[in-house]
Amino acid sequence: MKKQKNYNLIIGAAITGIMILLIAMGMFYTPYEPNEIDAAAKLAPPSLSHFLGTDNMGRDIFSRILDGAGTTLFIAVCVVAVGAVLGVIMGALTGYYGGLLDEILMRVNDIIAAFPSVLLALVFIAILGSGKMNVIIALGILFIPGFARLTRGEFVRCKSQEYVKSAKLMGASGSRIMLVHILPNTFPVLFSSIAIGFNNAVLAEASMSYLGIGVQPPDASLGRMLSESQSYIFSAPWYALSTGITIALLILGFILLGEGLKKRSGGNA
Amino acid sequence: MLKIEDLCIAFKNGSGSAQVVHGISMEINDGEIVGIVGESGSGKTVTALAASGLLKRGDVTTSGKILLDDVDLLECNREKLRKYQGNDIGIIFQEPMTSLNPLMRIGRQVEESLKLHTKLSKSERKERAISAMRSAELAQPEILYNKYPHQLSGGMRQRVMIAAAIISNPKLLIADEPTTALDVTIQAQILELLKKINQELGVSIMFISHDLSVIRRLCDRVVVMKKGRIVESGGTLEIFLNPREDYTKKLIACIPSRKKKRS
Repeated sequence: MKKQKNYNLIIGAAITGIMILLIAMGMFYTPYEPNEIDAAAKLAPPSLSHFLGTDNMGRDIFSRILDGAGTTLFIAVCVVAVGAVLGVIMGALTGYYGGLLDEILMRVNDIIAAFPSVLLALVFIAILGSGKMNVIIALGILFIPGFARLTRGEFVRCKSQEYVKSAKLMGASGSRIMLVHILPNTFPVLFSSIAIGFNNAVLAEASMSYLGIGVQPPDASLGRMLSESQSYIFSAPWYALSTGITIALLILGFILLGEGLKKRSGGNA
Repeated sequence: MLKIEDLCIAFKNGSGSAQVVHGISMEINDGEIVGIVGESGSGKTVTALAASGLLKRGDVTTSGKILLDDVDLLECNREKLRKYQGNDIGIIFQEPMTSLNPLMRIGRQVEESLKLHTKLSKSERKERAISAMRSAELAQPEILYNKYPHQLSGGMRQRVMIAAAIISNPKLLIADEPTTALDVTIQAQILELLKKINQELGVSIMFISHDLSVIRRLCDRVVVMKKGRIVESGGTLEIFLNPREDYTKKLIACIPSRKKKRS
């Protein structure tokens, strides 16, 4: 049988890999200080000294994109981590034990999932106040239901498999069955949804910062830069374009990666 | 050794409940192989699950007694039950394709019950696992130890299951149609193996099947079940030569034979 090449996975991994490399580089080295103001070169077009030009305050856009993408990615990683860890715990418990706990937690899930996510995030931010940490908490909570439902479904499926029954018969405890016997079997599904979760998190963070309720100035973030660049879209199109394309590439990379993983795990099963 | 007294099992469904086992009693002595035979839905698997303590759930009501060496398994709580499971009772399921965890190495699955019930070190466990696999007549157990289930054939997986079930020297082995999913030659080998294990380790076997010809080859005694009740029970030879009930006669007539012509 000829194996079809999984282009989604290859291209997605390549884009994501390059972006992450650039961001990692940005953590140690940026051509300029991201917040360094050069009053003489406001809104300068791309040149040899400023690779992607400068913004309205004369800050180097390339350096700010590296820094901002780092912030965005950091928030996305934390959000997915919070959502996935809590969601998996919740899904595992409800899926494995079922009963009343299952009913209650899943209905709470439905309630959270019923709201548009940015709207609900706004409510959380209104309660908690803005800032990096609070964005992570607010978005993290919003990411729980998706992971919980997915994990629950997988646990319900695996629970009735005979290898779980036989583990039970050998006298394995509930927690051991969940962790050792079932959890690894949910990874194929979980991984692809984590990749797609990343891209949702990047998008959510960008839109919240765009609306001014996410990362606060002077910290750079892709969403904030996009909203700032809007006023100069005709006088300095490179500002909006470079930030916009960065967001698009980040998301594209994660989407392709997620799709590729999904295809891969589906093909092997 | 295992004594079932007046066991009733009912499942709750919706508002009412459906009784699937109506007061059965049987006994399995040390070193004995007892076959339970009956059609689908006759309650044989449910009885086996109850005997292994897997039926402890909210939607199942049980009454009667299941005594394993004078301890009533139905009275035990989850913690106490866990001590017997895997230690004193081993089980082999029908479908060797799904009864092994696809993401766990064979060795780890064989030694799982040692890990749960003993404080043996990793190398001691491996040693025991390999010797159990050797008892289950698996070739090259050292190599198989590190393989994954998908690399094994159905018959080999069933042997792995048997190795996992006997590793802790249980008193009772419950085999729930262990040969149904295998083809005939492998079936015969597995039956030989169970017989050998029974003789060498002295473990009692509760052998569940719908196939009387398989039971005849293996079992010392037979219990015939129908619709949750015991129709007839007795020594294998006695049942086969002198079936008293119509139902048993019908089951025996189901065994294909060379003499009869197909109509």
